[in-house]
Amino acid sequence: MESQKLTFEPDDRYNAFLTICKKAPYSNGKLSGIAVAVKDNISTKGIETTCASKILKGYIPPYDAHAVELLRKAGAAIVGKTNMDEFGMGTTTENSAFGPTLNPCDTGRVPGGSSGGSAAAVASNMVQMALGTDTGGSIRCPAAFCGIVGLKPTYGRVSRYGLIAYANSLEQIGPMGRTVNDVSALMQVIAGKDRHDSTTYDRPYTHTPVADVKELKIGIPEEYFGEGVDPKVAGVVKTAIGRLEELGATTVPCSIPSMKFALAAYYVTCTCEASSNLARFDGVRYGPAADTKKSWHEAYKEVRRAGFGTEVRRRIMLGTFALSSGYYGKYYAKAQVARENVKADFKRLFSEVDLIAGPTMPTIAFRLKEKSDPLSMYLSDILTVPANLAGIPAISVPCGKSDGMPVGLQIMGRPFEDECVIDAAFAYEQAVN
Amino acid sequence: MVTEKDVEHIAELADIGINTDELGTFTNQFNAILDYFDVLDQVKGDTTVTRDLSNIMREDIVEPSLPRDEVLKNAAAQEDGFIKAPRVM
Repeated sequence: MESQKLTFEPDDRYNAFLTICKKAPYSNGKLSGIAVAVKDNISTKGIETTCASKILKGYIPPYDAHAVELLRKAGAAIVGKTNMDEFGMGTTTENSAFGPTLNPCDTGRVPGGSSGGSAAAVASNMVQMALGTDTGGSIRCPAAFCGIVGLKPTYGRVSRYGLIAYANSLEQIGPMGRTVNDVSALMQVIAGKDRHDSTTYDRPYTHTPVADVKELKIGIPEEYFGEGVDPKVAGVVKTAIGRLEELGATTVPCSIPSMKFALAAYYVTCTCEASSNLARFDGVRYGPAADTKKSWHEAYKEVRRAGFGTEVRRRIMLGTFALSSGYYGKYYAKAQVARENVKADFKRLFSEVDLIAGPTMPTIAFRLKEKSDPLSMYLSDILTVPANLAGIPAISVPCGKSDGMPVGLQIMGRPFEDECVIDAAFAYEQAVN
Repeated sequence: MVTEKDVEHIAELADIGINTDELGTFTNQFNAILDYFDVLDQVKGDTTVTRDLSNIMREDIVEPSLPRDEVLKNAAAQEDGFIKAPRVM
């Protein structure tokens, strides 16, 4: 079946790729011969998959992630694995063990993260489309910073089988491309039920984008234009929302009071899940060898100290602490209540409006090394994490520039209404292009 | 407030391995982050969250799995077709 090969020898000056497949096999199908890049935390049979971590250097998955299997069946040429923040932990792609990816729009700036390699590969025309993953904004942030389109699908719409887990209850694999049509075409291929992921629903995506927002009511939450959001970015996004009004949409101001707790709830939840998920990296079944002559704990400590980067170790320790005896009630249990409150806020809003819109990121892309303090980096995820906590679909579509750098318009929708989110983004894109 | 001793204990629990010269930085960063997390103290509501979900089970029947040599390929230490781990005792 895979009789044809695509020659792929890009000039990767942005360090977007960790692995390049110079002769990428492809077959017939919807995506026949199209170069698709895959984020390096998604398993690819026979192609090294490292999560941009030293602890998985040399790991060759013996099986394909379900999304990758679907890509291959659709005829796509998987041309390489893209750089990322180690295990998806970061907002800049600077937390890669193999060097940062640079933003193709300005190489002095970060591409965003954690799917920064995928975004840079798409933005610089090296590939037409790419897979990313989004735990707290990791598709939408780099899409916004690099000026491309990225969709975080509804939780359960795309199988996570073969995605190397960081925070299972939050993360989704999703499509990235230069146009809404490309994102939609990739979504058609990867969405649907998978027996290997019991959180998937039988909700395939067969939609073709329709540029129509007439009759749609869009909520504009005040929290998305408040403190911490660069007024210039807010201005660009407000102009874009005005464009949607010209196209026939009605906008109404609204509020998400639970936003106050969203970021803390997100970071408690993801670090707790990470502390459990990343326990498997012990140098026994994969990765650099643990010294089998040493005792269990000694050998693991050695492997994990040498193999994990600082941010990964920080998050594992934070999660371990938040789950430890005496602190569970204060952190994890409270975070779950806060998460329910976020869900309830969205449910209430979506009984009144069809979509919610605002900026994807509070600022333009940071300069390299600008976010050296972990908390200040975490705070920049404030506008993207609510969609992950609530499991709703959210897209970032380019909507202009601020200080010469791209700005993303974020559109969120009801669960399983990824189609509506896509249509609104498509309507905007068609109107401005 | 967490102390350097607390951080050392957490590192021990997580088998993460920590150098003494890292303790100060991690402790300061943890305190800043945990201060921020304190906002959760204001969250109101029941702390037992129930989700409208049910378990999805399948029949306990043997299905094809990966061939043994495929699984062993990534393991650094092996012996007689098994993965070799550090000693437990």
